[in-house]
Amino acid sequence: MESIIQGRVYKFGDNINSDIIIPGRYLIYIDRERLGQHAFEMLGDGFPDKLRSFEILVAGRNFGCGSAREQAATAIQGLGIKAVVAASFARTFYRNAINDGLPIVESPALYAAVQEGSEIRIDLEAGKIHHDGKEYSFPKMPESVRKILELGGLANYLKTQLPTGL
Amino acid sequence: MTIAEKILSAKSGSGSKAGEIVEACPDLVMSHTATWRSVSVMQRIGATKLYDPGRLAIVLDHISPAKTEKYAADQQTSRNFARNHGVTKFYDVDAGIAHLVLMEAGHVLPGDLIVGTDSHCTIYGSLGALGTGIGYTEVASVWITGKLWLKVPESIRIVLEGRFPAGVYSKDLMLYLIGKLGADGCNYKSVEFYGGTARDLSISERMTVTNLSMEMGVKCAFFPPDDKTVEYLQGRLQDQSRYHPVLADPDAEYEQELPVNVAQLEPMVACPHEVENTKPVGEVAGTHIDQLFLGSCANAKYEDLVVAAQILKGHRIHPGVRMIITPGSKKIMLEAMNSGVLQTLMESGGLVTNPGCGACAGDGGMLADGEVCLSTANRNFIGRMGSSKSQIYLSSPATLAASAIKGVIADPREFLN
Ligand code: SF4
Repeated sequence: MESIIQGRVYKFGDNINSDIIIPGRYLIYIDRERLGQHAFEMLGDGFPDKLRSFEILVAGRNFGCGSAREQAATAIQGLGIKAVVAASFARTFYRNAINDGLPIVESPALYAAVQEGSEIRIDLEAGKIHHDGKEYSFPKMPESVRKILELGGLANYLKTQLPTGL
Repeated sequence: MTIAEKILSAKSGSGSKAGEIVEACPDLVMSHTATWRSVSVMQRIGATKLYDPGRLAIVLDHISPAKTEKYAADQQTSRNFARNHGVTKFYDVDAGIAHLVLMEAGHVLPGDLIVGTDSHCTIYGSLGALGTGIGYTEVASVWITGKLWLKVPESIRIVLEGRFPAGVYSKDLMLYLIGKLGADGCNYKSVEFYGGTARDLSISERMTVTNLSMEMGVKCAFFPPDDKTVEYLQGRLQDQSRYHPVLADPDAEYEQELPVNVAQLEPMVACPHEVENTKPVGEVAGTHIDQLFLGSCANAKYEDLVVAAQILKGHRIHPGVRMIITPGSKKIMLEAMNSGVLQTLMESGGLVTNPGCGACAGDGGMLADGEVCLSTANRNFIGRMGSSKSQIYLSSPATLAASAIKGVIADPREFLN
Protein backbone atom coordinates (compact mmCIF):
# COMPACT_ATOMS: atom_id res chain seq x y z
CA MET A 1 0.00 0.00 0.00
CA GLU A 2 1.23 3.46 -0.85
CA SER A 3 0.98 6.41 1.43
CA ILE A 4 -0.33 8.75 -1.30
CA ILE A 5 -3.48 7.73 -3.15
CA GLN A 6 -4.73 9.91 -5.92
CA GLY A 7 -7.58 9.68 -8.39
CA ARG A 8 -11.15 10.34 -9.42
CA VAL A 9 -13.98 9.58 -7.03
CA TYR A 10 -17.31 7.82 -7.46
CA LYS A 11 -19.85 9.02 -4.91
CA PHE A 12 -22.41 6.85 -3.08
CA GLY A 13 -25.04 7.93 -0.53
CA ASP A 14 -25.70 6.68 3.03
CA ASN A 15 -26.08 3.11 4.34
CA ILE A 16 -24.47 1.22 1.44
CA ASN A 17 -24.69 -2.25 2.99
CA SER A 18 -22.46 -5.24 2.45
CA ASP A 19 -25.22 -7.19 0.63
CA ILE A 20 -25.14 -4.41 -1.99
CA ILE A 21 -21.35 -4.43 -2.13
CA ILE A 22 -21.25 -8.20 -2.66
CA PRO A 23 -24.38 -10.39 -2.58
CA GLY A 24 -24.32 -13.48 -0.34
CA ARG A 25 -24.43 -15.90 -3.24
CA TYR A 26 -20.87 -14.92 -4.24
CA LEU A 27 -19.35 -15.62 -0.83
CA ILE A 28 -18.25 -18.96 -2.24
CA TYR A 29 -15.36 -16.95 -3.70
CA ILE A 30 -12.55 -15.22 -1.84
CA ASP A 31 -10.42 -13.99 -4.74
CA ARG A 32 -10.43 -10.32 -5.65
CA GLU A 33 -11.05 -10.51 -9.37
CA ARG A 34 -14.00 -12.86 -9.18
CA LEU A 35 -15.64 -10.88 -6.38
CA GLY A 36 -14.97 -7.61 -8.19
CA GLN A 37 -16.94 -8.86 -11.18
CA HIS A 38 -20.08 -8.98 -9.02
CA ALA A 39 -19.52 -6.01 -6.71
CA PHE A 40 -22.50 -3.64 -6.56
CA GLU A 41 -24.29 -5.57 -9.34
CA MET A 42 -27.50 -5.37 -7.29
CA LEU A 43 -27.67 -1.71 -8.25
CA GLY A 44 -28.02 -2.58 -11.97
CA ASP A 45 -27.40 0.48 -14.12
CA GLY A 46 -23.96 -0.44 -15.49
CA PHE A 47 -22.51 -1.55 -12.15
CA PRO A 48 -19.90 -2.79 -11.44
CA ASP A 49 -18.07 -1.99 -14.65
CA LYS A 50 -18.69 1.72 -14.53
CA LEU A 51 -16.72 1.86 -11.27
CA ARG A 52 -13.58 0.63 -13.01
CA SER A 53 -12.79 4.10 -14.31
CA PHE A 54 -12.61 5.51 -10.78
CA GLU A 55 -9.84 5.04 -8.23
CA ILE A 56 -11.56 6.09 -5.02
CA LEU A 57 -15.04 5.54 -3.60
CA VAL A 58 -16.62 8.26 -1.50
CA ALA A 59 -19.74 7.50 0.52
CA GLY A 60 -22.04 8.94 3.15
CA ARG A 61 -22.84 7.54 6.57
CA ASN A 62 -22.49 3.91 7.63
CA PHE A 63 -20.71 2.53 4.57
CA GLY A 64 -20.45 -1.28 4.70
CA CYS A 65 -23.22 -1.83 7.25
CA GLY A 66 -24.89 -5.22 7.65
CA SER A 67 -23.14 -8.54 7.30
CA ALA A 68 -19.58 -8.98 8.63
CA ARG A 69 -18.51 -10.46 5.27
CA GLU A 70 -14.89 -9.63 4.62
CA GLN A 71 -15.45 -10.09 0.90
CA ALA A 72 -17.08 -6.64 0.81
CA ALA A 73 -13.62 -5.11 1.16
CA THR A 74 -12.06 -7.71 -1.16
CA ALA A 75 -14.65 -7.09 -3.89
CA ILE A 76 -13.99 -3.35 -3.84
CA GLN A 77 -10.29 -4.03 -4.29
CA GLY A 78 -11.16 -6.38 -7.14
CA LEU A 79 -12.57 -3.38 -9.01
CA GLY A 80 -9.21 -1.66 -8.81
CA ILE A 81 -10.43 0.81 -6.18
CA LYS A 82 -7.52 2.06 -4.08
CA ALA A 83 -9.30 3.61 -1.10
CA VAL A 84 -12.71 4.43 0.38
CA VAL A 85 -13.53 7.74 2.06
CA ALA A 86 -16.87 7.89 3.90
CA ALA A 87 -18.68 10.15 6.31
CA SER A 88 -18.65 7.08 8.58
CA PHE A 89 -18.15 3.32 8.33
CA ALA A 90 -19.90 0.39 9.96
CA ARG A 91 -17.44 -1.16 12.39
CA THR A 92 -17.25 -4.61 10.79
CA PHE A 93 -16.44 -3.08 7.39
CA TYR A 94 -13.83 -0.82 8.96
CA ARG A 95 -11.98 -3.78 10.50
CA ASN A 96 -12.32 -5.95 7.42
CA ALA A 97 -10.96 -3.21 5.16
CA ILE A 98 -7.84 -2.85 7.27
CA ASN A 99 -7.40 -6.60 7.49
CA ASP A 100 -7.81 -6.84 3.74
CA GLY A 101 -5.32 -4.05 3.03
CA LEU A 102 -7.88 -1.52 1.75
CA PRO A 103 -7.20 2.01 3.06
CA ILE A 104 -10.27 3.72 4.52
CA VAL A 105 -10.66 7.25 5.78
CA GLU A 106 -13.51 8.92 7.64
CA SER A 107 -14.23 12.46 6.49
CA PRO A 108 -17.78 13.85 6.52
CA ALA A 109 -16.42 17.19 5.26
CA LEU A 110 -14.88 15.66 2.15
CA TYR A 111 -18.10 13.74 1.46
CA ALA A 112 -19.98 17.02 1.41
CA ALA A 113 -17.40 18.69 -0.83
CA VAL A 114 -16.98 16.22 -3.71
CA GLN A 115 -19.01 15.08 -6.71
CA GLU A 116 -18.68 12.17 -9.07
CA GLY A 117 -15.47 12.60 -11.00
CA SER A 118 -13.81 14.99 -8.50
CA GLU A 119 -10.03 14.53 -8.21
CA ILE A 120 -8.72 13.98 -4.70
CA ARG A 121 -5.36 13.13 -3.19
CA ILE A 122 -5.14 11.22 0.10
CA ASP A 123 -1.97 11.43 2.16
CA LEU A 124 -2.32 8.62 4.68
CA GLU A 125 0.87 9.44 6.52
CA ALA A 126 0.04 13.12 6.98
CA GLY A 127 -3.64 12.44 7.70
CA LYS A 128 -4.84 14.81 5.00
CA ILE A 129 -6.98 14.79 1.88
CA HIS A 130 -6.41 17.45 -0.79
CA HIS A 131 -9.25 18.49 -3.05
CA ASP A 132 -9.82 21.63 -5.09
CA GLY A 133 -7.14 23.62 -3.27
CA LYS A 134 -8.49 22.72 0.17
CA GLU A 135 -7.23 20.35 2.88
CA TYR A 136 -9.36 17.94 4.86
CA SER A 137 -7.71 16.42 7.93
CA PHE A 138 -8.49 13.03 9.40
CA PRO A 139 -7.09 11.33 12.50
CA LYS A 140 -3.95 9.36 11.73
CA MET A 141 -4.20 5.62 12.12
CA PRO A 142 -2.45 3.90 15.01
CA GLU A 143 0.97 2.52 14.08
CA SER A 144 -0.16 -1.12 14.38
CA VAL A 145 -3.02 -0.55 11.94
CA ARG A 146 -0.75 1.31 9.47
CA LYS A 147 1.62 -1.63 9.58
CA ILE A 148 -1.15 -4.07 8.59
CA LEU A 149 -2.21 -1.79 5.72
CA GLU A 150 1.37 -1.30 4.55
CA LEU A 151 1.86 -5.04 4.28
CA GLY A 152 -1.35 -5.41 2.31
CA GLY A 153 -3.50 -6.92 5.04
CA LEU A 154 -3.60 -9.07 8.15
CA ALA A 155 -2.65 -12.35 6.44
CA ASN A 156 0.62 -10.84 5.19
CA TYR A 157 1.23 -9.29 8.57
CA LEU A 158 0.75 -12.65 10.29
CA LYS A 159 3.22 -14.19 7.86
CA THR A 160 5.88 -11.79 9.09
CA GLN A 161 5.15 -12.94 12.65
CA LEU A 162 5.34 -16.66 11.93
CA PRO A 163 9.03 -17.35 12.64
CA THR A 164 8.56 -15.92 16.11
CA GLY A 165 6.63 -18.91 17.28
CA LEU A 166 3.09 -19.03 15.89
CA MET B 1 -17.23 0.80 34.68
CA THR B 2 -19.75 -0.35 32.08
CA ILE B 3 -20.23 -4.03 31.21
CA ALA B 4 -18.13 -3.65 28.04
CA GLU B 5 -15.33 -1.88 29.94
CA LYS B 6 -15.31 -4.59 32.59
CA ILE B 7 -15.27 -7.53 30.19
CA LEU B 8 -12.58 -5.99 27.98
CA SER B 9 -10.48 -5.13 31.06
CA ALA B 10 -10.72 -8.69 32.30
CA LYS B 11 -9.87 -10.19 28.91
CA SER B 12 -6.95 -7.85 28.26
CA GLY B 13 -5.54 -7.78 31.77
CA SER B 14 -5.63 -4.00 31.90
CA GLY B 15 -7.98 -1.42 33.36
CA SER B 16 -9.56 -0.19 30.16
CA LYS B 17 -11.86 2.74 29.62
CA ALA B 18 -14.02 3.64 26.65
CA GLY B 19 -11.92 4.91 23.74
CA GLU B 20 -8.81 2.88 24.58
CA ILE B 21 -7.53 0.13 22.34
CA VAL B 22 -6.76 -3.15 24.10
CA GLU B 23 -5.37 -6.49 23.10
CA ALA B 24 -7.92 -9.00 24.35
CA CYS B 25 -8.10 -12.81 24.50
CA PRO B 26 -11.54 -14.11 23.49
CA ASP B 27 -13.03 -17.08 25.35
CA LEU B 28 -14.70 -18.36 22.21
CA VAL B 29 -14.16 -17.87 18.48
CA MET B 30 -17.17 -18.93 16.45
CA SER B 31 -17.12 -19.57 12.76
CA HIS B 32 -19.97 -20.87 10.65
CA THR B 33 -20.13 -21.79 7.00
CA ALA B 34 -17.28 -19.28 6.53
CA THR B 35 -14.89 -21.64 8.37
CA TRP B 36 -13.20 -22.91 5.20
CA ARG B 37 -12.16 -19.35 4.36
CA SER B 38 -10.31 -19.01 7.65
CA VAL B 39 -8.75 -22.43 7.03
CA SER B 40 -7.51 -21.18 3.65
CA VAL B 41 -5.96 -18.12 5.31
CA MET B 42 -4.09 -20.39 7.71
CA GLN B 43 -2.82 -22.43 4.81
CA ARG B 44 -1.83 -19.35 2.84
CA ILE B 45 0.30 -17.97 5.63
CA GLY B 46 1.71 -21.38 6.51
CA ALA B 47 0.46 -21.57 10.11
CA THR B 48 -0.25 -25.05 11.42
CA LYS B 49 -0.95 -24.69 15.13
CA LEU B 50 -3.98 -23.33 16.93
CA TYR B 51 -3.57 -21.24 20.07
CA ASP B 52 -6.22 -23.33 21.87
CA PRO B 53 -8.61 -25.68 20.00
CA GLY B 54 -10.90 -25.57 23.06
CA ARG B 55 -11.77 -21.97 22.24
CA LEU B 56 -13.02 -22.71 18.75
CA ALA B 57 -16.66 -23.38 17.92
CA ILE B 58 -17.71 -24.33 14.41
CA VAL B 59 -21.30 -24.70 13.20
CA LEU B 60 -22.26 -25.39 9.59
CA ASP B 61 -25.44 -23.39 9.34
CA HIS B 62 -25.66 -21.26 6.17
CA ILE B 63 -26.53 -23.17 2.96
CA SER B 64 -26.71 -26.48 4.81
CA PRO B 65 -26.81 -29.26 3.86
CA ALA B 66 -24.58 -28.46 0.90
CA LYS B 67 -26.49 -27.39 -2.18
CA THR B 68 -23.68 -27.54 -4.74
CA GLU B 69 -20.44 -29.44 -5.08
CA LYS B 70 -18.52 -26.30 -4.17
CA TYR B 71 -20.42 -26.02 -0.86
CA ALA B 72 -19.84 -29.72 -0.25
CA ALA B 73 -16.10 -29.29 -0.75
CA ASP B 74 -16.01 -26.26 1.54
CA GLN B 75 -17.91 -28.13 4.25
CA GLN B 76 -15.53 -31.03 3.88
CA THR B 77 -12.62 -28.62 4.45
CA SER B 78 -14.28 -27.38 7.65
CA ARG B 79 -15.03 -30.91 8.90
CA ASN B 80 -11.51 -32.14 8.26
CA PHE B 81 -10.06 -29.08 9.91
CA ALA B 82 -12.16 -29.63 13.05
CA ARG B 83 -11.18 -33.28 13.20
CA ASN B 84 -7.48 -32.73 12.56
CA HIS B 85 -7.20 -30.00 15.15
CA GLY B 86 -9.33 -31.61 17.83
CA VAL B 87 -12.07 -28.96 17.77
CA THR B 88 -14.70 -30.57 19.98
CA LYS B 89 -17.28 -27.78 19.71
CA PHE B 90 -18.06 -28.78 16.15
CA TYR B 91 -21.67 -28.96 14.97
CA ASP B 92 -22.57 -30.35 11.59
CA VAL B 93 -25.40 -29.49 9.18
CA ASP B 94 -28.09 -31.01 11.40
CA ALA B 95 -27.65 -28.63 14.34
CA GLY B 96 -29.10 -25.29 13.27
CA ILE B 97 -28.07 -21.62 13.36
CA ALA B 98 -24.68 -21.18 15.03
CA HIS B 99 -25.76 -18.44 17.45
CA LEU B 100 -28.68 -20.42 18.82
CA VAL B 101 -26.81 -23.73 18.85
CA LEU B 102 -23.90 -22.29 20.86
CA MET B 103 -26.18 -20.74 23.47
CA GLU B 104 -28.30 -23.89 23.76
CA ALA B 105 -25.17 -25.97 24.26
CA GLY B 106 -23.95 -23.82 27.16
CA HIS B 107 -20.91 -22.46 25.32
CA VAL B 108 -21.92 -18.84 25.99
CA LEU B 109 -21.49 -17.47 29.50
CA PRO B 110 -22.00 -14.09 31.13
CA GLY B 111 -18.75 -12.12 31.07
CA ASP B 112 -17.32 -14.05 28.10
CA LEU B 113 -15.70 -12.32 25.16
CA ILE B 114 -16.84 -14.00 21.95
CA VAL B 115 -15.85 -13.06 18.42
CA GLY B 116 -17.00 -14.73 15.24
CA THR B 117 -17.50 -14.58 11.50
CA ASP B 118 -20.95 -13.11 11.82
CA SER B 119 -22.27 -9.65 12.56
CA HIS B 120 -25.12 -11.00 14.72
CA CYS B 121 -22.68 -12.26 17.37
CA THR B 122 -24.19 -9.36 19.34
CA ILE B 123 -26.91 -11.87 20.29
CA TYR B 124 -24.62 -13.37 22.97
CA GLY B 125 -25.31 -10.27 25.07
CA SER B 126 -28.71 -11.80 25.83
CA LEU B 127 -26.73 -13.93 28.31
CA GLY B 128 -24.40 -11.08 29.34
CA ALA B 129 -21.48 -12.01 27.06
CA LEU B 130 -19.68 -9.53 24.82
CA GLY B 131 -20.22 -10.86 21.31
CA THR B 132 -19.03 -9.06 18.20
CA GLY B 133 -18.46 -9.86 14.53
CA ILE B 134 -15.13 -9.95 12.69
CA GLY B 135 -14.00 -11.14 9.25
CA TYR B 136 -12.66 -14.56 8.34
CA THR B 137 -9.01 -13.46 8.11
CA GLU B 138 -9.22 -12.04 11.58
CA VAL B 139 -10.84 -15.26 12.83
CA ALA B 140 -7.84 -17.16 11.47
CA SER B 141 -5.60 -14.67 13.25
CA VAL B 142 -7.36 -15.26 16.58
CA TRP B 143 -7.22 -19.03 16.03
CA ILE B 144 -3.45 -18.74 15.75
CA THR B 145 -2.56 -15.96 18.17
CA GLY B 146 -5.40 -16.23 20.69
CA LYS B 147 -5.93 -12.47 20.70
CA LEU B 148 -7.06 -9.41 18.75
CA TRP B 149 -7.16 -5.63 19.18
CA LEU B 150 -10.46 -4.08 20.14
CA LYS B 151 -11.48 -0.54 20.88
CA VAL B 152 -13.36 -0.26 24.16
CA PRO B 153 -16.74 1.16 23.11
CA GLU B 154 -18.70 4.00 24.66
CA SER B 155 -21.94 2.72 26.19
CA ILE B 156 -25.56 3.75 25.93
CA ARG B 157 -28.20 2.82 28.53
CA ILE B 158 -31.63 1.99 27.20
CA VAL B 159 -34.21 1.81 29.96
CA LEU B 160 -37.35 -0.15 29.12
CA GLU B 161 -40.48 0.51 31.14
CA GLY B 162 -44.16 -0.30 30.78
CA ARG B 163 -46.06 -3.40 29.68
CA PHE B 164 -46.03 -4.65 26.12
CA PRO B 165 -49.54 -4.26 24.67
CA ALA B 166 -51.09 -7.47 23.27
CA GLY B 167 -49.68 -8.23 19.82
CA VAL B 168 -46.48 -6.23 20.44
CA TYR B 169 -43.19 -8.05 21.02
CA SER B 170 -39.49 -7.43 21.41
CA LYS B 171 -39.14 -7.47 17.60
CA ASP B 172 -41.53 -4.51 17.40
CA LEU B 173 -39.54 -2.71 20.09
CA MET B 174 -36.36 -3.18 18.07
CA LEU B 175 -37.90 -2.14 14.76
CA TYR B 176 -39.18 0.96 16.55
CA LEU B 177 -35.72 1.71 18.00
CA ILE B 178 -33.88 1.09 14.73
CA GLY B 179 -36.33 3.38 12.93
CA LYS B 180 -35.87 6.06 15.57
CA LEU B 181 -32.08 5.87 15.97
CA GLY B 182 -31.15 4.84 12.42
CA ALA B 183 -29.00 2.07 10.98
CA ASP B 184 -25.92 3.77 12.43
CA GLY B 185 -27.61 5.22 15.51
CA CYS B 186 -25.31 3.24 17.82
CA ASN B 187 -22.34 2.73 15.50
CA TYR B 188 -19.26 1.40 17.41
CA LYS B 189 -21.23 1.60 20.68
CA SER B 190 -22.18 -0.86 23.37
CA VAL B 191 -25.82 -0.84 24.43
CA GLU B 192 -27.06 -2.02 27.84
CA PHE B 193 -30.76 -2.71 28.43
CA TYR B 194 -32.25 -1.94 31.85
CA GLY B 195 -35.60 -1.27 33.50
CA GLY B 196 -38.42 -3.41 34.84
CA THR B 197 -39.49 -4.43 31.36
CA ALA B 198 -35.98 -5.59 30.45
CA ARG B 199 -35.94 -7.77 33.57
CA ASP B 200 -39.31 -9.25 32.62
CA LEU B 201 -38.24 -10.21 29.10
CA SER B 202 -37.60 -13.90 28.55
CA ILE B 203 -34.16 -15.01 27.35
CA SER B 204 -35.71 -15.72 23.95
CA GLU B 205 -36.96 -12.14 23.68
CA ARG B 206 -33.60 -10.82 24.93
CA MET B 207 -32.01 -12.76 22.09
CA THR B 208 -34.22 -10.96 19.59
CA VAL B 209 -33.29 -7.61 21.14
CA THR B 210 -29.51 -8.16 21.17
CA ASN B 211 -29.63 -9.74 17.69
CA LEU B 212 -31.51 -6.78 16.17
CA SER B 213 -29.27 -4.32 18.03
CA MET B 214 -26.72 -5.04 15.31
CA GLU B 215 -29.02 -3.24 12.90
CA MET B 216 -28.36 0.00 14.81
CA GLY B 217 -24.64 -0.55 14.23
CA VAL B 218 -23.70 -1.66 17.77
CA LYS B 219 -20.43 -3.35 18.59
CA CYS B 220 -22.16 -5.29 21.36
CA ALA B 221 -25.39 -5.27 23.37
CA PHE B 222 -26.17 -6.56 26.85
CA PHE B 223 -28.85 -7.61 29.24
CA PRO B 224 -27.23 -7.69 32.68
CA PRO B 225 -27.29 -11.33 33.82
CA ASP B 226 -30.01 -12.09 36.38
CA ASP B 227 -32.19 -14.95 37.67
CA LYS B 228 -33.48 -15.64 34.17
CA THR B 229 -29.92 -16.03 32.92
CA VAL B 230 -29.12 -18.47 35.71
CA GLU B 231 -32.27 -20.43 34.96
CA TYR B 232 -31.44 -20.60 31.23
CA LEU B 233 -27.94 -21.86 31.92
CA GLN B 234 -29.08 -24.50 34.40
CA GLY B 235 -28.40 -27.89 32.95
CA ARG B 236 -26.51 -26.41 30.00
CA LEU B 237 -23.18 -25.70 31.73
CA GLN B 238 -20.86 -28.59 32.20
CA ASP B 239 -18.92 -26.56 34.72
CA GLN B 240 -21.02 -24.30 36.99
CA SER B 241 -17.89 -22.69 38.41
CA ARG B 242 -17.51 -20.85 35.12
CA TYR B 243 -20.55 -18.72 35.96
CA HIS B 244 -19.15 -15.24 36.70
CA PRO B 245 -21.78 -12.61 35.91
CA VAL B 246 -20.39 -9.19 35.01
CA LEU B 247 -22.53 -6.20 35.96
CA ALA B 248 -21.94 -2.49 35.43
CA ASP B 249 -20.83 -0.41 38.43
CA PRO B 250 -23.41 2.00 39.86
CA ASP B 251 -21.17 4.93 38.83
CA ALA B 252 -20.47 3.62 35.31
CA GLU B 253 -20.33 6.37 32.69
CA TYR B 254 -22.80 6.32 29.80
CA GLU B 255 -22.74 8.51 26.77
CA GLN B 256 -26.51 8.64 26.73
CA GLU B 257 -29.56 7.31 28.51
CA LEU B 258 -32.65 6.56 26.50
CA PRO B 259 -35.96 5.75 28.23
CA VAL B 260 -38.53 3.79 26.22
CA ASN B 261 -42.10 3.16 27.35
CA VAL B 262 -43.06 -0.02 25.53
CA ALA B 263 -46.74 0.43 26.47
CA GLN B 264 -46.97 3.01 23.69
CA LEU B 265 -45.59 0.74 20.97
CA GLU B 266 -47.50 -0.82 18.10
CA PRO B 267 -46.65 -3.77 15.87
CA MET B 268 -43.97 -2.49 13.48
CA VAL B 269 -42.85 -3.42 9.98
CA ALA B 270 -39.52 -2.62 8.30
CA CYS B 271 -40.09 -1.75 4.64
CA PRO B 272 -37.73 -2.36 1.71
CA HIS B 273 -34.74 -2.01 1.46
CA GLU B 274 -33.41 -0.82 4.83
CA VAL B 275 -34.18 -2.00 8.34
CA GLU B 276 -34.44 1.62 9.54
CA ASN B 277 -37.32 2.18 7.14
CA THR B 278 -39.94 1.21 9.73
CA LYS B 279 -43.66 1.96 9.95
CA PRO B 280 -46.49 0.98 12.28
CA VAL B 281 -48.26 -2.03 10.74
CA GLY B 282 -51.37 0.06 10.10
CA GLU B 283 -49.55 2.13 7.49
CA VAL B 284 -48.60 -0.89 5.39
CA ALA B 285 -51.58 -3.17 6.12
CA GLY B 286 -52.99 -4.54 2.87
CA THR B 287 -49.59 -4.66 1.13
CA HIS B 288 -49.42 -7.56 -1.33
CA ILE B 289 -47.17 -10.51 -0.37
CA ASP B 290 -46.13 -13.68 -2.18
CA GLN B 291 -43.97 -15.43 0.41
CA LEU B 292 -43.68 -15.55 4.19
CA PHE B 293 -40.52 -16.63 5.96
CA LEU B 294 -40.66 -17.60 9.63
CA GLY B 295 -37.00 -18.11 10.36
CA SER B 296 -33.54 -16.69 11.25
CA CYS B 297 -31.52 -16.20 14.40
CA ALA B 298 -33.73 -13.20 15.20
CA ASN B 299 -37.10 -14.95 15.35
CA ALA B 300 -37.14 -18.72 14.81
CA LYS B 301 -36.79 -19.73 18.43
CA TYR B 302 -39.31 -21.98 20.11
CA GLU B 303 -41.25 -19.07 21.62
CA ASP B 304 -41.47 -17.45 18.19
CA LEU B 305 -42.91 -20.59 16.61
CA VAL B 306 -45.44 -20.80 19.45
CA VAL B 307 -46.58 -17.20 18.90
CA ALA B 308 -47.13 -17.88 15.19
CA ALA B 309 -48.85 -21.21 15.84
CA GLN B 310 -51.26 -19.67 18.35
CA ILE B 311 -52.50 -17.27 15.70
CA LEU B 312 -52.50 -19.81 12.88
CA LYS B 313 -54.29 -22.56 14.82
CA GLY B 314 -57.57 -23.38 13.14
CA HIS B 315 -56.75 -21.22 10.09
CA ARG B 316 -55.42 -21.94 6.62
CA ILE B 317 -52.90 -19.58 5.11
CA HIS B 318 -54.31 -17.56 2.22
CA PRO B 319 -54.21 -19.49 -1.07
CA GLY B 320 -52.26 -16.68 -2.73
CA VAL B 321 -49.20 -17.04 -0.48
CA ARG B 322 -46.59 -19.62 0.51
CA MET B 323 -45.09 -19.83 3.99
CA ILE B 324 -41.64 -21.25 4.73
CA ILE B 325 -40.86 -22.16 8.33
CA THR B 326 -37.24 -22.82 9.24
CA PRO B 327 -36.77 -23.63 12.94
CA GLY B 328 -33.62 -22.05 14.37
CA SER B 329 -32.11 -25.28 15.61
CA LYS B 330 -32.69 -29.01 15.86
CA LYS B 331 -33.51 -28.66 19.57
CA ILE B 332 -36.14 -26.04 18.75
CA MET B 333 -37.56 -28.23 16.00
CA LEU B 334 -37.79 -31.23 18.32
CA GLU B 335 -39.53 -29.18 20.99
CA ALA B 336 -41.97 -27.82 18.42
CA MET B 337 -42.54 -31.35 17.15
CA ASN B 338 -43.27 -32.76 20.59
CA SER B 339 -45.61 -29.95 21.59
CA GLY B 340 -47.63 -30.07 18.37
CA VAL B 341 -46.56 -26.58 17.30
CA LEU B 342 -44.96 -27.93 14.16
CA GLN B 343 -48.12 -29.81 13.29
CA THR B 344 -50.20 -26.65 13.64
CA LEU B 345 -47.81 -24.73 11.41
CA MET B 346 -47.84 -27.47 8.78
CA GLU B 347 -51.59 -27.98 8.89
CA SER B 348 -52.08 -24.28 8.31
CA GLY B 349 -50.35 -24.72 4.97
CA GLY B 350 -46.73 -23.95 5.91
CA LEU B 351 -43.66 -25.70 4.53
CA VAL B 352 -41.23 -26.74 7.27
CA THR B 353 -37.56 -27.00 6.25
CA ASN B 354 -34.50 -28.33 8.03
CA PRO B 355 -33.15 -26.09 10.80
CA GLY B 356 -30.48 -23.50 9.90
CA CYS B 357 -30.27 -20.11 8.24
CA GLY B 358 -32.31 -21.26 5.24
CA ALA B 359 -33.91 -18.52 3.16
CA CYS B 360 -32.34 -15.80 5.34
CA ALA B 361 -29.00 -16.68 3.73
CA GLY B 362 -30.58 -17.21 0.32
CA ASP B 363 -30.86 -20.98 0.60
CA GLY B 364 -34.26 -22.11 -0.64
CA GLY B 365 -37.10 -19.64 -0.79
CA MET B 366 -35.49 -17.34 -3.34
CA LEU B 367 -37.65 -14.53 -4.68
CA ALA B 368 -38.38 -13.84 -8.35
CA ASP B 369 -38.59 -10.41 -10.01
CA GLY B 370 -41.36 -8.36 -8.47
CA GLU B 371 -42.10 -10.80 -5.62
CA VAL B 372 -42.65 -9.62 -2.06
CA CYS B 373 -41.66 -11.49 1.11
CA LEU B 374 -42.65 -10.81 4.70
CA SER B 375 -39.91 -12.22 6.91
CA THR B 376 -39.14 -12.48 10.62
CA ALA B 377 -35.39 -12.14 9.92
CA ASN B 378 -33.25 -9.14 10.70
CA ARG B 379 -32.36 -7.75 7.26
CA ASN B 380 -34.36 -6.63 4.24
CA PHE B 381 -31.50 -5.46 2.04
CA ILE B 382 -32.04 -5.35 -1.69
CA GLY B 383 -31.60 -8.75 -3.32
CA ARG B 384 -30.83 -10.55 -0.05
CA MET B 385 -33.39 -13.26 -0.80
CA GLY B 386 -33.03 -13.39 -4.58
CA SER B 387 -33.90 -10.95 -7.35
CA SER B 388 -32.80 -7.34 -7.01
CA LYS B 389 -36.32 -6.54 -8.13
CA SER B 390 -37.91 -8.35 -5.18
CA GLN B 391 -38.90 -6.75 -1.88
CA ILE B 392 -38.55 -7.84 1.74
CA TYR B 393 -40.59 -6.57 4.68
CA LEU B 394 -39.67 -7.53 8.26
CA SER B 395 -41.99 -8.13 11.20
CA SER B 396 -42.62 -10.15 14.35
CA PRO B 397 -43.81 -13.77 14.12
CA ALA B 398 -47.28 -12.61 15.20
CA THR B 399 -47.58 -10.08 12.37
CA LEU B 400 -46.26 -12.74 10.00
CA ALA B 401 -48.92 -15.25 11.10
CA ALA B 402 -51.75 -12.73 10.78
CA SER B 403 -50.48 -11.73 7.34
CA ALA B 404 -50.27 -15.37 6.25
CA ILE B 405 -53.96 -15.80 6.99
CA LYS B 406 -55.00 -12.63 5.22
CA GLY B 407 -52.59 -12.97 2.29
CA VAL B 408 -51.54 -9.34 2.70
CA ILE B 409 -49.64 -7.53 5.48
CA ALA B 410 -52.03 -7.53 8.44
CA ASP B 411 -52.26 -6.34 12.04
CA PRO B 412 -51.89 -9.29 14.48
CA ARG B 413 -54.15 -7.58 17.01
CA GLU B 414 -57.13 -8.53 14.85
CA PHE B 415 -56.45 -12.16 15.77
CA LEU B 416 -56.00 -11.73 19.51
CA ASN B 417 -58.83 -11.41 21.97
S1 SF4 C 1 -30.14 -16.70 10.30
FE1 SF4 C 1 -29.72 -15.07 8.85
S2 SF4 C 1 -28.92 -13.37 10.09
FE2 SF4 C 1 -28.83 -15.22 11.36
S3 SF4 C 1 -26.77 -16.03 11.08
FE3 SF4 C 1 -28.07 -17.05 9.58
S4 SF4 C 1 -27.93 -15.82 7.70
FE4 SF4 C 1 -27.14 -14.56 9.40
